Amino acid sequence: MLTKRIIPCLDVRDGRVVKGVNFDGLRDVSSPIELAEFYSDSGADELVFYDITASYENRALFTDILCETAKKVFIPLTVGGGINTVADFERVLSCGADKVSVNSGAIKNPALIGEAAKKYGDQCVVLSVDAKRVDGKYRVFARGGREDTGLDALEWIKRGVDSGAGEIVLNSIDTDGVKRGFDTEMLEAVTSIVNVPVIASGGAGCIQDFVDLFRKVPDVDAGLAASVFHFGEVDIKELKRELDKNGINVRLNKEKLL
Amino acid sequence: MVCIVDYGVGNLFSLKCSFEAVGQETVITSDAEVIANAERLVLPGVGAFGDAAQKLRDSGLDKVVTEYARTGKPLLGICLGMQLLFDKSYEYGEHDGLGLIPGSIVPFKGRVHEGLKIPQMGWNRLNINGGKSPVFKYINDGDFVYFVHSYFAETESKYVAAYTDYGMDVTAAAHNKNVYGCQFHPEKSGKVGLAILKAFCEL
Repeated sequence: MLTKRIIPCLDVRDGRVVKGVNFDGLRDVSSPIELAEFYSDSGADELVFYDITASYENRALFTDILCETAKKVFIPLTVGGGINTVADFERVLSCGADKVSVNSGAIKNPALIGEAAKKYGDQCVVLSVDAKRVDGKYRVFARGGREDTGLDALEWIKRGVDSGAGEIVLNSIDTDGVKRGFDTEMLEAVTSIVNVPVIASGGAGCIQDFVDLFRKVPDVDAGLAASVFHFGEVDIKELKRELDKNGINVRLNKEKLL
Repeated sequence: MVCIVDYGVGNLFSLKCSFEAVGQETVITSDAEVIANAERLVLPGVGAFGDAAQKLRDSGLDKVVTEYARTGKPLLGICLGMQLLFDKSYEYGEHDGLGLIPGSIVPFKGRVHEGLKIPQMGWNRLNINGGKSPVFKYINDGDFVYFVHSYFAETESKYVAAYTDYGMDVTAAAHNKNVYGCQFHPEKSGKVGLAILKAFCEL
């Protein structure tokens, strides 16, 4: 059966990997290409490249990095950040991306999901949602978590899937950067209303957080994190061994083949 | 040299990179003569079967690919490219394929267990069927590869090189003499995928 996926997320600005804690205070971490290769060799099941400069500058630099990564890394690659049009999909898909993640671009223009799904297939369109509790409900936030859209997260996700989104990344702003575990309550609410893969994001601080995630919300397909991987707090090889020991079905890496 | 057929579906950049990573000179082309004279041919594909089959026919490359297959030189179909090798597909209607492997393409919907997500998207095991196919010479039974698909090939066991378990036995790889097909994406399946491509290049 399908394995649970472990996905490191690389936020890229000016050609370098950065990670914000609670979306503030960026710190330079490493070269995206080197880091991608390192994670792939460590057993990452997939990678996310998030272009956090896309709306302003250095687009060409980002796509160059994508092309270089595609020459060296042979696991699925999702690209997000500044995706506002079908042309943006084409730009990153032609550089080796397999899936494209939309967030604010889809909030501004919900038709983008359907247009892209029709052209590239549902499996290519990932709807990424930053959600936070407001008045006892889950609310969608835009622009990197800074702007309350007023949209109900569960309704928005349902609508996205109905329009053709083939996968959901749910980032809980409430748990992001706090490193005390994933938002299993919010994830449970989402997995119960959709039948496409759901990727959990926000809150991983240690290996046990991933074990708890897959135990408490068995319908979650993947766990995504950034800084815990970048700073070596969670080693992916060790993480997958621990998940395996806990009876969670994961892909254990082949060290040597060729 | 590996020749990848370009008939206007999907992006072939990653596929080209993966063959280059196993040391193969690779060309992406829609030129009938280059395809006919290729040492080994790859038929890629993403999207819907009907559209892809139509594009292949419109470009006249359907005949070029079937002629090529008759010469006995190795042909590898990947994902939708593998599905196109079969007789027909029931994806949104009924469409003819290339007829190089007997069998048809049918939806997961209504066939797999209700609780399973469609598409099957992620890493799953290859369960090698029958004698080991030469394209699997560097890999082992139970190795993981990456799948993204909502339809699969229904065919006789003798044409199945490997199954994968998605609540039922699902064709993961098919073969018929010199014609090979992978439902999964070897170019996205890490070292295991590259090992399969390398073996294909040694046929």
